[in-house]
Amino acid sequence: MKRRNLLATAAMGLGLVLGGGAFAQGMDHVKACFVYVGPIGDGGWTFQHNEGANAVKEAFGDKVEIQYQESVPEGADAERVLTQMALGGCNIIFTTSFGYMDATNAVAAKFPDVKFEHATGFKRDSANVSTYNARFYEGRAVQGLIAGRMTKSNKIGYIGSFPIPEVIMGINSYYLNAKKVNPDVELSVVWAFTWFDPAKEADAAKALIDQGVDVIASHTDSTAPLAEAAKTENVIGFGQASDMAEYKDGPRVSSIIDNWGPYYVKRVGALLDGTYEQADAWEGIAGGEVLIGEITDRIPADVKAEAEALRDAIAAGTVHPFTGPIKKQDGSDWLADGATAPDGDLLGMMFFVEGITGDIPQ
Amino acid sequence: MDIGGINPVILIATLMASAVPILMAALGETVVERSGVLNLGVEGMMVVGAQGGFVIAVATGSPVLGFIGGAVAGSILSLIFALLTQVFLANQVATGLALTLFGLGVSSLGGQGYNGVKPPPTGQLLPDFLADVPVVGPILFGHDWMVYFSIAMTAVLWWVLKTTRMGLIIRAVGESHEAAHALGYKVNRIRLMCIAFGGAMAGMGGAYISLVRVPQWVDGITAGAGWIALAIVVFASWKPWRVLIGAYLFGGITVLQLNLQVAGSAIPVEYLSMAPYLITIVVLVIMSAGKRGKANGAPAALGQNFHASR
Repeated sequence: MKRRNLLATAAMGLGLVLGGGAFAQGMDHVKACFVYVGPIGDGGWTFQHNEGANAVKEAFGDKVEIQYQESVPEGADAERVLTQMALGGCNIIFTTSFGYMDATNAVAAKFPDVKFEHATGFKRDSANVSTYNARFYEGRAVQGLIAGRMTKSNKIGYIGSFPIPEVIMGINSYYLNAKKVNPDVELSVVWAFTWFDPAKEADAAKALIDQGVDVIASHTDSTAPLAEAAKTENVIGFGQASDMAEYKDGPRVSSIIDNWGPYYVKRVGALLDGTYEQADAWEGIAGGEVLIGEITDRIPADVKAEAEALRDAIAAGTVHPFTGPIKKQDGSDWLADGATAPDGDLLGMMFFVEGITGDIPQ
Repeated sequence: MDIGGINPVILIATLMASAVPILMAALGETVVERSGVLNLGVEGMMVVGAQGGFVIAVATGSPVLGFIGGAVAGSILSLIFALLTQVFLANQVATGLALTLFGLGVSSLGGQGYNGVKPPPTGQLLPDFLADVPVVGPILFGHDWMVYFSIAMTAVLWWVLKTTRMGLIIRAVGESHEAAHALGYKVNRIRLMCIAFGGAMAGMGGAYISLVRVPQWVDGITAGAGWIALAIVVFASWKPWRVLIGAYLFGGITVLQLNLQVAGSAIPVEYLSMAPYLITIVVLVIMSAGKRGKANGAPAALGQNFHASR
């Protein structure tokens, strides 16, 4: 609930006026604004976006001004915040959560001169809305392999936030790659229905552990699941969104690190030099947007080597985490033998693959 | 022993611990509201307590001092509210909401550099041979001291509010501050003390989150627990034992629904995740609706400021 740099300077006002017609020739000064779904101190998702914002500041110095607002609820509040930012002279606004999709498109329609960049979404209703995402499912594949190899109870868990394609494709990728190395593995999915609620995330992890799960992946934003896993011996987990290196001597055996900096620098840079165009970016391990955090010594050397080989193969493009034959949960065919998943299928993925129990909430 | 893949003993033991933050905060707010003050800043006091308690516990290495620190932090924040509403007669609703925003900001500032630090562990209070007794062991003897403290506080507050002179004075101030004033009680001073007590309880509840339930500090760690506590006070008709039932119901169903999800229950997840809110409200409403004729128990002077000149 903090708004920094609230007062737009007179220079900024001038920048806004000039900004409208000056895109083609580039701009001298860009005000880049960020809307965060949680607090920067979450140690995960929002923290990494803010690192990206810091990278922009570092790359362009005085030529950019950064403004951000934390803990903006998804829904009507987001629209209000976005409108305020657009009126306040922001040239480019990054909305960093799936739930801002409709608000971003609604406000973007009213401010054609302001560029909007929506993370993890798929709607680009006006020419000034771009979407960007990272192929987190590639990282989930590596985690799945580790989970399948490491579980003693053959029960692995996944704490989901909301049933959206982004999360579901992570669950599927995690499960498929665990299953590949360990056919006996069973996956339990818990829906927390929140991105950030440390106590609830810890409760979800505890529920999984109480029922015999010994490898926990989470798709929520805080480090709480790892803190909970640390209370029980022989339970391991993964850093999510951020490296979560502080749990390296405990349950954290690897991590997916969201590396937004390069993309943010590229987009703001394009705005500055006049080459900005609407985009639909989706980079993965190969593009450096998804990093696999260090695999710790708790993982045996052969498993570690296997995981790193998978990571490198995905980066090289020789392995796709979704390679057929894969059936959907209901038994119908999805991918034929040897076929890889088209991006469209992944971005709209609202089904579990065969073998996962439980329904996706509607 | 297991029912549908869930061990009820572990479930009950877990819910008792997971309800502590809400229970502590709601008990404190019960006293505050019984004295006629509506402090909507519970969330803010909790998060400040979570942060203050965490810092003290890390600095001293003692979780008990951490809880005391949390209580002091929550109390100090509540005194700002007390100053504004009892001395300057500011609107209680607006001030309470502002207190939450202020608390979230202050705790975020004070918590800088504490991300990823691990606090000293709070162990189980009673020896292992008691906690290892089948069934009753984990439920009755397997907890840390805060679980027992929160239950004891429920009993103490019930006893104080119902039977003691002090409780009578607090209630009198909350029902009719004019009458209490006419009898010579210092209305604003009594309210101020109640507010400070409520702050201390909320602070301890918050500290339980950062020191025991999620043993770490992240910004905004309470994530709305204070609002749940506020709602439970109302639905529990301002009665301590009902507050306990409400907190355990809410905590219990939250834990139960997560366990049901893991166990692969046939109930759709969307119903499971709304269940804690729904069932808690329904049960408490039915309980309060039982006694007809008697008002729902809201203190008559709730939310009204008092000045002796009137």
